[in-house]
Amino acid sequence: MADLSIDFVGIKSPNPFWLASAPPTDKAVNVTRAFEAGWGGVVWKTLGEDPPVVNVNGPRYSTLMSQDRRVIGFNNIELISDRPLRTNLDEILRVKRAWPDRAMVVSLMAPVDEAAWRRLLPMTEDAGADGVELNFGCPHGMSERGMGSTVGQIPEYIQLITEWCKHYSRLPVIVKLTPNITDIRQAARAAHAGGADSVSLINTLNSVMGVDLDRMTMIPSTDGAGSHGGYCGPAVKPIALNMVAEIARDAQTRDLPISGIGGISTWRDAAEFIALGCGSVQVCTAAMVYGFKIVEDLCDGLSNFMDQRGYASIEAFRGGAVQTVKDWNALNLNHVEKAVIDQDHCIQCGRCHVVCEDTSHQAITATRDGRRHFEVREEDCVGCNLCVSICPAPGALAMRALASGEIDRRTGERVSGEYANWSMHPDNPMRVAASAD
Amino acid sequence: METPATRSCGLRAGRLSEADYARNFSDAHPLLTRAQAMIEAERCYYCYDAPCIAACPTGIDVPSFIQRIAQDNLRGAARAILEANPLGGMCARVCPTEVLCEEACVRNASEAKPVEIGALQRFAVDGYLAEPGEPLFRRAADTGRRIAVVGGGPAGLACAHGLARRGHAVVLFDARAKLGGLNEYGIAAYKAADAFAQAEVRWLLSIGGIEARSQQMLGRDFTLQSLLDEYDAVFLGLGLAGTNALGVDGEATGEAVRDAVDFIAQLRQAERPAEVPIGRRVVVIGGGMTAVDAAVQSRLLGAEEVTMVYRRGPDTMTASLAERHWAQTHGVTIRYWSAPTAVAQEDGEVAGVRLAATALVDGRLVTTGEEHTIEADMVLKAIGQTYLPEPTGAAIALKGGRILTDANGRTSLARVWAGGDCRYGGRDLTVEAVEHGKRSAVDIDFALSGQEPDAAPELEAAHG
Ligand SMILES: Cc1cc2nc3c(=O)[nH]c(=O)nc-3n(C[C@H](O)[C@H](O)[C@H](O)COP(=O)(O)OP(=O)(O)OC[C@H]3O[C@@H](n4cnc5c(N)ncnc54)[C@H](O)[C@@H]3O)c2cc1C
Ligand SMILES: Cc1cc2nc3c(=O)[nH]c(=O)nc-3n(C[C@H](O)[C@H](O)[C@H](O)COP(=O)(O)O)c2cc1C
Ligand code: SF4
Repeated sequence: MADLSIDFVGIKSPNPFWLASAPPTDKAVNVTRAFEAGWGGVVWKTLGEDPPVVNVNGPRYSTLMSQDRRVIGFNNIELISDRPLRTNLDEILRVKRAWPDRAMVVSLMAPVDEAAWRRLLPMTEDAGADGVELNFGCPHGMSERGMGSTVGQIPEYIQLITEWCKHYSRLPVIVKLTPNITDIRQAARAAHAGGADSVSLINTLNSVMGVDLDRMTMIPSTDGAGSHGGYCGPAVKPIALNMVAEIARDAQTRDLPISGIGGISTWRDAAEFIALGCGSVQVCTAAMVYGFKIVEDLCDGLSNFMDQRGYASIEAFRGGAVQTVKDWNALNLNHVEKAVIDQDHCIQCGRCHVVCEDTSHQAITATRDGRRHFEVREEDCVGCNLCVSICPAPGALAMRALASGEIDRRTGERVSGEYANWSMHPDNPMRVAASAD
Repeated sequence: METPATRSCGLRAGRLSEADYARNFSDAHPLLTRAQAMIEAERCYYCYDAPCIAACPTGIDVPSFIQRIAQDNLRGAARAILEANPLGGMCARVCPTEVLCEEACVRNASEAKPVEIGALQRFAVDGYLAEPGEPLFRRAADTGRRIAVVGGGPAGLACAHGLARRGHAVVLFDARAKLGGLNEYGIAAYKAADAFAQAEVRWLLSIGGIEARSQQMLGRDFTLQSLLDEYDAVFLGLGLAGTNALGVDGEATGEAVRDAVDFIAQLRQAERPAEVPIGRRVVVIGGGMTAVDAAVQSRLLGAEEVTMVYRRGPDTMTASLAERHWAQTHGVTIRYWSAPTAVAQEDGEVAGVRLAATALVDGRLVTTGEEHTIEADMVLKAIGQTYLPEPTGAAIALKGGRILTDANGRTSLARVWAGGDCRYGGRDLTVEAVEHGKRSAVDIDFALSGQEPDAAPELEAAHG
């Protein structure tokens, strides 16, 4: 049996699944239930200085659903913890004592004010926290007060506050980043420069969920008006993966531990974050949609996967896919693929034909000998993968890589088998001549 | 089910409790809920050149109407359906979709379960009819042309609607008291519950320009020639007014041996099913849709034993597999390879049906010499209906006993079109009758106006 336990920047937990700082980690009662269910750790709902914030009493959450009402995306306009700081700290102390083997990270938020951070950090340490996470990500409400993503969007602030935290506390510092930014590397580098032990990402994305067309009001609204919220859930996973990968492959931050967050709902999602370098993963939406029990399925799936692949520990495959994430300019332009339709699995819906015909390269037939028949014409196929991406029948469409020496029937050229990217391409005016000859 | 009120032999009304009648004759396949419709709509792959469109005799753009349901646009969905098939509401209820659109669904290949096109079609049309709002179709400016449509079944209604849309004035004659043809008098009660046939007729007529004249019979109250004298064109949607006889001893035993279509019409027109007498042991002779409907409705009226008798095997039966399953789950026994030779009687009452075993020998159906009797106190004959040519006289060429036409329904007689069951070469389905009527309307319009078919009609007059 694979060992799921982790030691993430000195914080130990029996499995890599932590509940992200959010309603599931809001109170002792929730966190106790989470630990009973088997979660490896929690990042306690973000604490700020008293007086506590006040939440709206109208809808805080709303969702984007598929037609069969599965949640694809989740939006919230909730603020940080709205309970007194002392109440939270007392509960943290009590729960950590009862569950010493679980990770207890405490999320903190304060303005760009050294005194505030100096007050918060020792209290958190006294409450028995294993680490702190700095919430530089919340994009709604708190950001209007100069906190959360407002800090996370200014690298200088990230660095400054991280330095303060490292100064006023011995605890590991995890800096939680906002995705509402152009280049995530700037934020990660700033955290690194400030001495952060780790970054975690992503927090939520700015979002308006829709418009109620009968009332002509945005959704969600409270008393006829709404405010943009933070978007998370399965829909944001690809965005999160990209940002994680950018940090994991950046020369300045490649050794910075990452706690991966964003749309993790299955063991597979978690494994993908780990493969792109994450040492722990955090989950919020999936727990808010299904309850805490899903951690059993996450652990079971991850463990079976690791056993099958012979990975004895999380470390054994962590970062395994990082080196495959490259700049576009480094991609091999001599590699040629063609779509292939497996007639035994094709259900004849014809969607590949019409999308290739309408929006790609007119490379799939609709008939043969007057009968409905879909087949790729290799002489027209550019290998774009559109047909494969939209095919509803499993196993019916796949891409095939041409072997070296094979003729690409579209260009009439032989596949060389040699690597050549854009920087070496004859059509590139800025081409660097191959140095050997 | 409650204890039957009576289990005695012979024809008896009121065999069941009122509660059981109500349950038995309610909607066989109730309207999908919104949640069900949304999930089902999601299953449609929106195929290219979708096979279901080709499989629908009226060519409804199935992927489009389903996409519109998924996009919560029932009005648009209804438009896509009714544009191609003005009787899309009835067809959604009665079409044997398992051999039409749903048979062509590509989901059959991947998971042996097609998208429920019929149920979605009903969801769209019923949803639209419940809250019609502005009319979907409007009548074009009056052309001054007058057309007689004889027969108010699906073929005649579709033709009249198509002609009225194009601005022609239609007089719609029917021998019966109510319009609808077999929609009103033939379709099984549980397929067209809640008086849907009349609701649909009202909607069709609301386009305006159609004057309905009921209890007016061609050949009795007027002649084809009189119509040709008075109207610019005539469409005949006469259906099949005759029935085949068994030609066996004891066939004329009165009430207890009757044509299934009459029995069904009586049931459809009855105030309450409890009024309709039914035997305790019923034998239905025939292997088509009518036989299935008669057998199942006999069971629902309280018959304890119902046997369908068919002289060949399941492969040639016109009732589809789904219909046979429907009969069997309603407790109907199907006896294949059995041909009736006599209706047995005792004391002047029906006592049973004498059957000869049959077999295929060298491709020919023969009796094997073995015989047996099924006890019965009622026999329903469903061995096919026939076209009665007398009302039109000898002027129109027939083939196979029905009216010969071209693809657009033109008969051998100038200015006369025909469609539906009375036309040669069809499958005797509601949806085909609709397509015939629809096509003939286009062709009549073309013949009268000399314009290319389907020139967009101008907008005028209302139609909900
Ligand atoms: C019991 C039964 C069940 C069926 N179930 C189904 C089913 O589930 N699904 C399906 O697709 N099909 C079914 N069918 C077949 C379907 O009902 C017919 O194919 C369809 O109704 C044919 O339409 P039509 O307009 O040609 O004829 P009809 O519906 O028969 O209409 C003909 C009309 O013409 C009138 N008429 C006849 N002669 C004259 C005259 N001389 N003068 C004036 N008016 C006249 C009649 O009164 C009638 O109103 C069923 C048929 C039967 C008998
Ligand atoms: C209702 C709600 C409240 C949240 N509150 C906080 C918070 O107080 N502090 C914080 O750092 N992140 C907060 N988040 C963001 C989550 O911790 C997490 O980063 C985000 O939801 C992405 O993960 P997911 O896709 O698994 O939900 C909140 C998210 C939700 C849905
Ligand atoms: S890979 Fe792209 S170009 Fe090739 S057949 Fe598929 S859709 Fe067309």
